[in-house]
Amino acid sequence: MTMATEKDINEQIAWAKINTDVLKSMENPRPAYWVTLFVCVAMVSCAVLAEYIQYTEGMGTANLNNPHMWDMYISAFVFWIGMSHSGTLLSAILHLIHADWRKPIYRFAEAMTTFSLLTAGLFPMIHLGRVWNLYWVLPYVSDRGIWPNFRSPLVWDAFAISTYLTASMLFLFVGMIPDLAICRDNTTGWRKKLYTLLSLGWVGSDRQWRHFRKIYLLMACFLIPLAVSVHSIVSADFAMSIMPGWHVTSFPPYFVAGALYSGCAAIITLFILLRYFFRFEEYMTLPIMEKTCKLTFAIAMVWTYLNLIEFASVWYGHDVYNKELLIAKATGAYAWIFWTMIFCGSVLPFALAVRSLRRHMPTMFVVSLFLNLGMFLERWMIVAPTLSMSQEPHQWDIMYGSIVEWAIVFGSFGWFGMLFLIFVKVFPSVSMYEVKEMVFHRKRSAGEEDLERMTDHAKPATQTTTGGEGA
Amino acid sequence: MSLDNILNHWSDFRKGSEEGGHHNYEHRWAMAINLDLCNGCNACSIACYSENNIAVVGKERFEKGQAMHWLRIERYWDQPDKVYPEQGASFLPMMCQQCGAATCEPVCPVAATYHTPDGLNAQVYNRCIGSRYCSNNCPFRVRYFNFYSYYESSWPEPMEQQLNPDLTVRDKGVMEKCTFCVQRIRTVKDKAFMEDRKVRDGEMVTACAQACPTSAIVFGDTMDEDSMVSKLWKKHQVERGVYQKTKLAKKNTDLRGYRIFEELNVDPSVMYLERVREDI
Repeated sequence: MTMATEKDINEQIAWAKINTDVLKSMENPRPAYWVTLFVCVAMVSCAVLAEYIQYTEGMGTANLNNPHMWDMYISAFVFWIGMSHSGTLLSAILHLIHADWRKPIYRFAEAMTTFSLLTAGLFPMIHLGRVWNLYWVLPYVSDRGIWPNFRSPLVWDAFAISTYLTASMLFLFVGMIPDLAICRDNTTGWRKKLYTLLSLGWVGSDRQWRHFRKIYLLMACFLIPLAVSVHSIVSADFAMSIMPGWHVTSFPPYFVAGALYSGCAAIITLFILLRYFFRFEEYMTLPIMEKTCKLTFAIAMVWTYLNLIEFASVWYGHDVYNKELLIAKATGAYAWIFWTMIFCGSVLPFALAVRSLRRHMPTMFVVSLFLNLGMFLERWMIVAPTLSMSQEPHQWDIMYGSIVEWAIVFGSFGWFGMLFLIFVKVFPSVSMYEVKEMVFHRKRSAGEEDLERMTDHAKPATQTTTGGEGA
Repeated sequence: MSLDNILNHWSDFRKGSEEGGHHNYEHRWAMAINLDLCNGCNACSIACYSENNIAVVGKERFEKGQAMHWLRIERYWDQPDKVYPEQGASFLPMMCQQCGAATCEPVCPVAATYHTPDGLNAQVYNRCIGSRYCSNNCPFRVRYFNFYSYYESSWPEPMEQQLNPDLTVRDKGVMEKCTFCVQRIRTVKDKAFMEDRKVRDGEMVTACAQACPTSAIVFGDTMDEDSMVSKLWKKHQVERGVYQKTKLAKKNTDLRGYRIFEELNVDPSVMYLERVREDI
């Protein structure tokens, strides 16, 4: 750290003020919040209309054709699954390694995980020819003794994603219980009823904190291997095939790195949005932003390295189909997409290494959007060019999605935004009790033994017998 | 695939794909296509359309690549050289190769495509949910998807009268492909069973083989040692489950037989006989 004196958070911030600030965010966001929400809903409407057309007419309306049986729907699916990973990174991995700067921002990151998984889950349905038979993928007990094909990576997908979605939703919910109790105690009307129900009778007793700590740690440990396995299994959709450009051994780590990368970029975007919408400047501080940016930069470099590994192994592997495909990607009809991807994914992240840029919110907002554009194109470059140029030269083709396909993919961003914005309005998007912990520990480690401001319902964990996370 | 079946035949399932998908074949239907005889007339493709109730998609959708020709004639132009400045087109009828170790089979999430004891890749239309993974994993790109519902546009009244009643008309959202005219195989096998005899060579003819004016397509059962197709395979030293060397490696110009994408080791059931170019 160049600026050792700069603090992640103001230690003198009063606990009552934390409560008020966060609770206030759920009441009166800036007008920009409503504008964004409206835009998101409008985008979803476009997608619903497009999906109606596609459902009634057929998959051909998306311009899919014989070599291109999959296209942007699958890239969007991979993209959204990928985005979900960084929530787990922040909330579980950084929790285990005691990186407490995560505390003010992990809640919305975890919500991002859940909602991007919900968005990703739409795409297998949207792209299915006969979506009404979707449940055939699940191993339900049938009187005819018919099972899904357990050798198919799509079946593994169904298991992996539903497990991950359930686990991350539970993790989000469990981590929120103490905060929901604070909300319960400070609201009236329907909110009071909702929070009373969801806080599960939380009173903040020692026993409750002890159980809470245990289950939270347990779920964090459970979630990390899940996060890694989910994207590895998604990569198996491609790696298990025999198509050039898909049958790549390094795909699982490559996909996981790409997932963490796009997720971290999305966290930067949402960080800036929430900070502005809800006036969270005191909690989502510049030093935390800088740490997130550094993390993103590191992951971007890992992704770049794995990319180079893939190119090199294709280049020196001398598999004729793979090599021709790689050359075609870089020089053929899709070259402009390829080089945009390389620029956005590997060159642009160097902006994150520049301190003055990292601290300039508008710049970071634009940069993070471009990083995610790069990652979306990366997924597209994995899915489509292989199909355009597979082994069979007679079936080579160039294809771009139709307006229907674009509308649905575009609308998925609206769907994610809509869910996310509703969530942050209804639930506290900054973890109140963990920010209090953070302030407490920081202050104590700074030598001030001022413990007087503790309140009943928001006792930090170190006061209990288990000892909590430590400073 | 019941649980008992899985437990009792666990070793079969484990070995299934490596050893060719099935262990107790009744037949192994196969083809030999002599490209020297093929003049690209497309009669086989037309015959296939009418035999198998394949939808005609129309000009615009054909241009979009959404056509459903189970059997397509691929045209290739060789590079001109000094001896042959005018090469002309080479034709290659391409249909589902009914691979012995088919790549489409393991990836289907609902097992809608599977290997039959006849050595065919069966496609169960009713089971298909349209994930299209099979087509993506087919190196020959011979699986066709019903991108739209074609019933009304493809067979306006009274053309629905020409539909073959032995098989279905597929609706949108379903994958389909060449079946080696499985409905004809069914009929022939039933007849042989009723008469308590084996299926005779030449009794079973696919629509494409029947329509071919130059008899370039030979269809038969490779389990039957005396069938025409077995003899052709043997003559050109093409064997199942064995990695085939190309003609150049064999260094014998009389051996013209090859299977497409042999190096992918998918064990196709169609052998092609290379075109012969004579010196002028």
